[in-house]
Amino acid sequence: MEPRFEPRTISSYKEFSWKRVFLKWEWLLVGILLIIFFINSMLSPYFLNYFNITDATRSFLDKAFIVFPMVMIMLMREIDISVGSTVALSSVIMATVYSMGLPMELAIIVCLLVGALCGYINGYLIVKFKELSAVIVTLSTMILYRGIAYMMLEDQSIGGFPSWFTYFGWGSIATLPFILIVFILLSFIFTLLLHKTVFGRNIYAIGSNPNAARFSGVNVDKIKRIVYTLAGLMAAVTAIFLTSRMGSTRPNIANMYELDVIAMVALGGISTAGGKGNMYGAIIAVFVIGYLQYGLGLINIPAQILLIIIGLLLIMSVSITNLKSSRKLTIFKKKNKEQVL
Amino acid sequence: MGETKGKQKLITGIAKFRELGLLGFIGVLVVFFQILNPKFLSLDNLNNLITNTAILVILSIGMMLVLITRGIDLSVGSTLALSGMISALFVSQHPNAHPLAALFLGILIGVICGVVLGFFVSRVGILPIIASLGLMNILRGTTFWVSGGEWVSAHQMPASFKGIATGEIFGVNTLVVIAIIIFLVFYYFVGFTVTGRQIYAVGSNPDSADISGINQKNILLLVYSIMGGLSGLAGVLWVSKFASAQGDTASGYELTVIAACILGGVSIAGGSGKIVGVLLGAVLLGIIDNALPLIKVSPFWQMAIEGIIILTGVLFNTFTKRAVERNNLMRRAI
Amino acid sequence: MKKLFRSGVLLSLLCLILAACSGGQQSSGNGDEGSSGDSGKKKYAIVFKSEGNPYGEKQSEGFKKAVEEVGGEVILRAPAQPTVEGQISIIEELISQKVDVIAISGNDPDALQPVLQKAMNQGIKVLSLDSAVNKDSRMVHVNQADPERVGRIQIEAVAEMINFEGQIAILSATSQATNQNIWIEWMKKELEEPEYSKMELVKVAYGDDLRDKSVSETEALLQSYPDLKAIIAPTTVGIAAASKVIQDKGLTGKVIVTGLGLPSEMAEYIKSGVSPWMYLWNPIDVGYLSGYAAHALVEGEITGEAGDKFTAGDLGEYEVVETDSGTEILLGDPFKFDVENIDEWKDIY
Repeated sequence: MEPRFEPRTISSYKEFSWKRVFLKWEWLLVGILLIIFFINSMLSPYFLNYFNITDATRSFLDKAFIVFPMVMIMLMREIDISVGSTVALSSVIMATVYSMGLPMELAIIVCLLVGALCGYINGYLIVKFKELSAVIVTLSTMILYRGIAYMMLEDQSIGGFPSWFTYFGWGSIATLPFILIVFILLSFIFTLLLHKTVFGRNIYAIGSNPNAARFSGVNVDKIKRIVYTLAGLMAAVTAIFLTSRMGSTRPNIANMYELDVIAMVALGGISTAGGKGNMYGAIIAVFVIGYLQYGLGLINIPAQILLIIIGLLLIMSVSITNLKSSRKLTIFKKKNKEQVL
Repeated sequence: MGETKGKQKLITGIAKFRELGLLGFIGVLVVFFQILNPKFLSLDNLNNLITNTAILVILSIGMMLVLITRGIDLSVGSTLALSGMISALFVSQHPNAHPLAALFLGILIGVICGVVLGFFVSRVGILPIIASLGLMNILRGTTFWVSGGEWVSAHQMPASFKGIATGEIFGVNTLVVIAIIIFLVFYYFVGFTVTGRQIYAVGSNPDSADISGINQKNILLLVYSIMGGLSGLAGVLWVSKFASAQGDTASGYELTVIAACILGGVSIAGGSGKIVGVLLGAVLLGIIDNALPLIKVSPFWQMAIEGIIILTGVLFNTFTKRAVERNNLMRRAI
Repeated sequence: MKKLFRSGVLLSLLCLILAACSGGQQSSGNGDEGSSGDSGKKKYAIVFKSEGNPYGEKQSEGFKKAVEEVGGEVILRAPAQPTVEGQISIIEELISQKVDVIAISGNDPDALQPVLQKAMNQGIKVLSLDSAVNKDSRMVHVNQADPERVGRIQIEAVAEMINFEGQIAILSATSQATNQNIWIEWMKKELEEPEYSKMELVKVAYGDDLRDKSVSETEALLQSYPDLKAIIAPTTVGIAAASKVIQDKGLTGKVIVTGLGLPSEMAEYIKSGVSPWMYLWNPIDVGYLSGYAAHALVEGEITGEAGDKFTAGDLGEYEVVETDSGTEILLGDPFKFDVENIDEWKDIY
């Protein structure tokens, strides 16, 4: 019978090998991305066009901003399904204060503050009432936030933003879409945050073993509050780009965005069992799903087939990881991991 | 002496009743809505209420089992839509078929979907949230594809099929009867059979369950199959009730089902949850859905009010639970 | 740091591959006119509100018929969910494919403006049908029927059904649906006329085009207003849901249902008398007319200005008219469905 715990010795440190590097999930994703590019370029002559490829990012990157904090949230075995509603609410409030006379620059700041506040409320409730799971708290706030947006705007829309505001959704810097540049910048920041700071290390610790983390002196509550606030903040960023792209806003925007974000994070290799996965995977997954949808859209695949393909992609890709990892070397066989979802 | 002891036992019983908070909250809500619209507690309205909530109850019971094993099933809505659509297509092409055949077909399809999901979760080891998210998309796409973009309308359904939902057994609506039967069956199953206990064990502590000889994989497969079967049943009932099958039926309904379970005290971390609580949770949501249009409030306020009620209900439940637990601890000290 | 370096290497590799490939392509950027590609056929795209909607399917069918008659290539698209974000992505994909014309049934009248203007700037002709987009987003709108007529005729019908006396309610779709709101406005205006003085509109409820919500709202209306005489539901899901409720409760004849509905959905209830008659128009014709309007735009026969005239195949001659919300092409009057003709139409759509 196999011993349950394997003793760690010098010999168990494997030598560096390219093979092991490339078997990592992130590289598999890159491979999938290349395959998608290859197939799409075969399928449609319009795909491999520089402007088309860069323009395509405008469609799927708006919700990708939320992927960054969602990775952190899911690493800690939590979840946030209220992000779509936060997008709607911050957008609606931004438009409302603008229409009441506030200069657009300030309205944007208000939007960011509202998003951060919505996120903070989530974090506060989750931390303060430990009996309440993140699911039920964010489910209630999901309904509540969008409900407030409806109360404010009812069936109207607000538009008429200053012309420079369209720059967010439609502008470019040196032929690269503005949204792509912002996304790349934020990718750097969040990747550094998660992988190179103590804060990031703590997030992994909390995900792996919350009790051990707490006893090691990690301020679990504070970190959770911060991460949820970040989620709200990024939702507000999404709101700015989305509103700019539409030129107007209503309470019903960003419907089901949370599921799309979760799919991107899950495809990126983040395990909701906590503690496993990294930011690179999620970033690549964003592009995988985005270009898959775009490429298939170029040959006008019906939406229902697209749904099936994405569902299959999700399941198959995670199946492969699971079959792989059962052969991976681990220090402790993760049998006593607590799965939240 | 004996009298006071008896009384004490009753009070103790009530105090230990964890679902007290939920029941109390429902009571408060009922009073609140009744004041705002006296028609709320009319027989007719209550009939509407329980008929509309019946399907939610059936689904919530299935979801409870899944949640107890630390899982989740986001594909409920899509499974419902697919089985509903297929059984509707079936009866439209075979109008002389017995309605039970349609029910059976729907349940079968639901079970198949559930088995597929259970397979991915238990044998391949995919996390339930991802597997069910993926399956949700696949099944929804399949529903659109199978329907060919068309809806199945009332005139294409034989009266026998539509009668499933509108019919009555002993004066009570069929849907409600089915819900009651399922509740009783699973009450017994969960509380009084070995398999039922095993489900709780797998959720509480998978490792101990493993060591105790419980076949975790089979239990998971069973649980998701049951959920699938109940979704399939709900699909047929839904389509019969509304006499229409659409491609986007019940889109997003899974969140309502999960909310009903969690409101009912099922822990998302697995291992605990009572079927009575789930029933109360479903009833609470049913009351909200029924009462909100009744009170004379702008329709644009409905969503926000619903959010506040759920949040308040959950917090209220938390506080009551804390009080009850403290109470229990104190009593144990004596 | 090593990881970052490796990712950077790969990213640059990717960019190199991209650059090489697009360099090899004949692509000329995005300043082109809507060219027709290699096959020489013009590309006509129609975008509906969501998938799996029989009304939309029929409309697209009509569009396709017209396009094929004029020798074009047709592209049928719709998002999986009825969201405007989904439509924006679809339009971007159509722009990338350099289609010649886009016909759209919008999920939002204003939010499509930036992306449709981008299309028009690239030489793609844009028209809307069924659910309009605002006048800056399109060149012309194909309206199934004059919204004033649609609104007024439903009040006229319901008044006849309840003998000009009693309480009525409206069950609508979502609160932001443009055409719903315009029709309801006209209904309210019609109710101000003296002959309806004994009728009262008690509530406008929103069923969000969801079956279960529409049922709940109908039941609530019956509970809150026990003297309710009629429900007008200018939405296909709403009218069918309300009719089912009335039928199940045995209120046929006591509470009348009318509005706009699909013949297939309402056949049962028209025959049983729950709804004596109702209105709609032929979505196939709407699509067909739009197809020809699109063709006329592409060929330069019309530009969407008031007074433009064109021929729409079997349907005859049509003229563009000016309205407050932009230029429109009107199909005709709403079509009445009652016991006499419902069998004829119930299998068509």
